[in-house]
Amino acid sequence: MSLRIVVCAKYVPDAIGDPHFTENLTVDRDDVDGLLSELDEYAVEQALRIKEAADAEITVVTVGPKDAEEALRKALSMGADQAIHIEDDDLHGTDVMGTSLVLAKAVQRAGYDLVVCGMASTDGTMGVLPAILAERLGVPQVTLLSEVSVEGGAVKGRRDGDAASEQLQASLPAVVSVTDQSGEARYPSFKGIMAAKKKPVTSWDLSDLGIDAEEVGLEGAWTTVESAAERPARTVGTIVKDEGGGGRQLAAFLAKRKFV
Amino acid sequence: MTEVLVYVDHADGVVRKPTLELLTLARRIGEPVAVALGDGAGDTASTLAEHGAVRVLTHVAPEYGQYLVVPKVDALQAAYEQVSPAAVLVPSTAEGKEIAARLALRIGSGIITDAVDLEAGEAGPVATQSVLAASYTTTSRVSKGTPVITVKPNSAAVEAVRAAGAVEALNVTFSDQATGTKITSRTPRESTGRPELTEAAIVVSGGRGVNGAENFAIIEALADSFGAAVGASRAAVDAGWYPHTHQVGQTGKTVSPRLYVAVGISGAIQHRAGMQTSKTIVAVNKDAEAPIFDLVDYGVVGDLFDVVPQLTEDVIARKG
Repeated sequence: MSLRIVVCAKYVPDAIGDPHFTENLTVDRDDVDGLLSELDEYAVEQALRIKEAADAEITVVTVGPKDAEEALRKALSMGADQAIHIEDDDLHGTDVMGTSLVLAKAVQRAGYDLVVCGMASTDGTMGVLPAILAERLGVPQVTLLSEVSVEGGAVKGRRDGDAASEQLQASLPAVVSVTDQSGEARYPSFKGIMAAKKKPVTSWDLSDLGIDAEEVGLEGAWTTVESAAERPARTVGTIVKDEGGGGRQLAAFLAKRKFV
Repeated sequence: MTEVLVYVDHADGVVRKPTLELLTLARRIGEPVAVALGDGAGDTASTLAEHGAVRVLTHVAPEYGQYLVVPKVDALQAAYEQVSPAAVLVPSTAEGKEIAARLALRIGSGIITDAVDLEAGEAGPVATQSVLAASYTTTSRVSKGTPVITVKPNSAAVEAVRAAGAVEALNVTFSDQATGTKITSRTPRESTGRPELTEAAIVVSGGRGVNGAENFAIIEALADSFGAAVGASRAAVDAGWYPHTHQVGQTGKTVSPRLYVAVGISGAIQHRAGMQTSKTIVAVNKDAEAPIFDLVDYGVVGDLFDVVPQLTEDVIARKG
């Protein structure tokens, strides 16, 4: 039987846009363009490479509003086989605990041998979802990998930490997350983009997953944002053009600020 | 007084500075109880006591070095059940965040990651975070369960306050999941002798303008004149000029030092997200239009190969 790979993908506001907070202290995404989180492109890429080395089927799953389908289409155009879009009005404001619940139920329903995630989303940047997902599913976490391979029912990978580089190994099923060092994500080909239009996208809502509305959304969140303030613009600093003494001038500035 | 659990990040008994910062923050909420695991755990006690730990719970087992993350979650959960703390604080390292997150789910608690400040509040600790590529500052609290909060380095000035720091052995029973992910080999990183990037008071970073791995010697020389850490932009890392573990930015590390020196870095949003909370920012770039100059307290428009060696020389002379 072929290896069932599920890739978790997030639709995030483009960092070049200007995301801001709404009155209920959630991030307003309406007037900012979104895209597939760059870090999830690496997850799709690694899933594709595993598929190229073995018989596998790739399902990409996302939790998000209607526009989030764009993230799925991107992954499908890169080469994923099918997609699942979990969309429900009650999901607005869901925190990481709620999102991990939805994803856990979804991958269980879809069926999986390997779940592949990006190391973090580029908007929330918490980097904890893969670990929580593994805890919920009761399967090994093999996270923050810069190298990953699947062989003989086991996943192997390299985790480059601050203090050491570690080789990891776990039996399938497992949850892995990959870093931006795992390998450049491919660009969709024209053929891939055309083929993606015909690939199936399944829609599920909370009732399909047996989740109560109270468990997710802003009401179900286990954390509360109390205030959000835009960071004040930095005061305009001094800019000098180097005319031979730029280094000394900078040293003098740093000495005045007592860094030297 | 209520107790606050503090997870200790240490290397063979040497406590890392962010843990000492956590002890300082923990005292705003209650009495710190430290949890130190693995080889050398007992050796941490005197340092922890000097920084306010009333108790130090220790456990040593080979599992901590042989398997990824979960044995430490099991131990922290055992400590949580023994202490019934008002909050659990964990350093915001990659591993620390994973430990904290799994613990939070197990004990039915919300989690806040990457706090940059922490205060006691009427409804529990209030955490300050820097979000949306550091363009917003938020305050949040955990509304369900016992707050589990990870705190970034440099979030508090370390205060030495002597407490009992009585060492107690922690009883840990490992879960079935503990042995799920085996660490089959481990290659320690060679020490550069420089401070850790995320902990350093001064960071000197190089970018595309450095134009080659060999030229990073110029960046390193400047860093060494300050006793600073070395960072690199994504462009420099992707070009293979400097190791990924030194990458500053959205997909690398976020740093918040007292002084950030950006050399040959344009200041793309990806990089700014990782450094714009630095207290003082200076930059050297030959492109006067580079976005980094919007952030700086002082900028030099010029060739880094002229400016940086002169700066290094002057810093060394002033320190003379």
